[in-house]
Amino acid sequence: MLELFVYGIVLGSIISLGAIGLTLIYGILRFGNFAHGDLMTAGAYIALFFVTGPLKWVGIPDNMFGPFSFGWRIVVAFPFSMLAVGGIAILLDRILYQTLRNKEAGRVTLSMSALGASFIVRMGVLIIWGPDYKFYKPGLIRPALVLPAGIKIRPDQILILIVVAVLVIAVHLFLKKSRMGKAMRATSDNMELARLSGIEIQKVIYYTWGIGGALAAAAGVLYGIDVQVHPGMGWNFLIPLFAAAILGGLGNVYGALAGGLIIGVVQQMSTAVLLPTYKPAVAFIIMIVLLLIRPQGIFGRSSR
Amino acid sequence: MDSTDNHILKVENVTVGYSKIDILHDVDLLLRKGEIVSIIGPNGAGKSTLLKTIIGLLNPRKGSVYLQNRDITGEKPERLVRQGISYVPQVFNIFPSLTIQENLEMGAFTRTDDFSGRMKEIYELFPVLGERRNQRVGNLSGGQRQMVAMGRALMLDPHVLLLDEPSAGLAPKFVSMIFERIIDINKTGVSLILVEQNAREALNMAHRGYVLATGRNVLDGEAKALLANEEVGRLYLGG
Repeated sequence: MLELFVYGIVLGSIISLGAIGLTLIYGILRFGNFAHGDLMTAGAYIALFFVTGPLKWVGIPDNMFGPFSFGWRIVVAFPFSMLAVGGIAILLDRILYQTLRNKEAGRVTLSMSALGASFIVRMGVLIIWGPDYKFYKPGLIRPALVLPAGIKIRPDQILILIVVAVLVIAVHLFLKKSRMGKAMRATSDNMELARLSGIEIQKVIYYTWGIGGALAAAAGVLYGIDVQVHPGMGWNFLIPLFAAAILGGLGNVYGALAGGLIIGVVQQMSTAVLLPTYKPAVAFIIMIVLLLIRPQGIFGRSSR
Repeated sequence: MDSTDNHILKVENVTVGYSKIDILHDVDLLLRKGEIVSIIGPNGAGKSTLLKTIIGLLNPRKGSVYLQNRDITGEKPERLVRQGISYVPQVFNIFPSLTIQENLEMGAFTRTDDFSGRMKEIYELFPVLGERRNQRVGNLSGGQRQMVAMGRALMLDPHVLLLDEPSAGLAPKFVSMIFERIIDINKTGVSLILVEQNAREALNMAHRGYVLATGRNVLDGEAKALLANEEVGRLYLGG
């Protein structure tokens, strides 16, 4: 049981990264980005591209190091993937969502177009890389560490938790300390007043997509390191992402963090009694129950 | 009206509305440097709509708005605030999840210089804001929120401040306090347009007043004259 809890925290931390981006985008643009899971997929595959392509060509070694079960190339590929997906998200806004906003499209239209964008991204991945499961570093997985109290955890997973913590703290500092971060929170609070204060809303929107996309890429790569990559991975994450964001109160960044961890743990613990195949269903049930009894989420939007 | 007049803001023949329905019809308004001008009139007269048109949230179908003799008709609010007009909406005029200090910082968003001096002046104007600068605005009382809203709008050192019903929904002790602060702000050289339900108070503190009804100019003149006017008294000041 304790082991499932630990795996749940690892899975949950990955869900949190995606859910934070989802909730940031919702806070500013007020629509559910159904393409968010596939931005994770895009991130995972762009990293795979770097690992098997450019980084190999320039001769970066890919030997495993320390206690980890991955090579140096994925470490180098990680920030490139975040940058690239941040850019893709901004580009999607530029050519798709911005056009729709200018035509005063409603939030349902925006969500549906995001769903369309998600298919484009996923099918693009499928066409380029095929449907197979892939690893960043094929080969044996290094043994798990046994911590006190008999908790087994792989060194990779410890690193994943550390990377997520660093990214979450970075987002926190950005939102609390930087001028643009404060403008993002202000715009999320009251877009018209933000305009009346001279804040350039479009710039805030680009930052939001950039950060949301980069976090999604990070989540995708970390999942790829923990498990493996395949074209449907992000799509399978979509329900847990939404469940986590709603649980935390849409628009609430810290709520999304907590929501992600809760969903991850509950999903993983459910495998003690249910087949693992039902994991997505567990998230779905949590989401439905939540929407019925407490649609504003546990933490609410105003509790930031 | 001659253009050599010392007006800072001029609204000329403005007709404006939402989608197909016009709210204002051929409305004129003049704000001279250093003045407080109060706009009074019954609910639905278009008083708030006039402010929204000046700040660029609404585009007039006809007519023009001038700021210091420059045509600003149809300019976007995010550009106008850089040219010295600030606006405090009646509702949704604060960032509730931000602290007081962050609200003021957002008011100064377009400033690239050091605005700490300006922030200090605003804390002097509203001392309670300085004491609570790190509190979230969403937790403050109505009167304190109104102070934050005005403080935010003042961060850019505007020449013109537009206030939409600053006393609405406030406890009586805050109403007189807010009105006193408005006079203080005016004394620092800011010209103000004030929209108020509280018509008598609004005229008492104003230099001049405009009466709007069903989207049209009904009367305008010296505030004292309007207060003394029998018809204004009967129709708009509650007898």
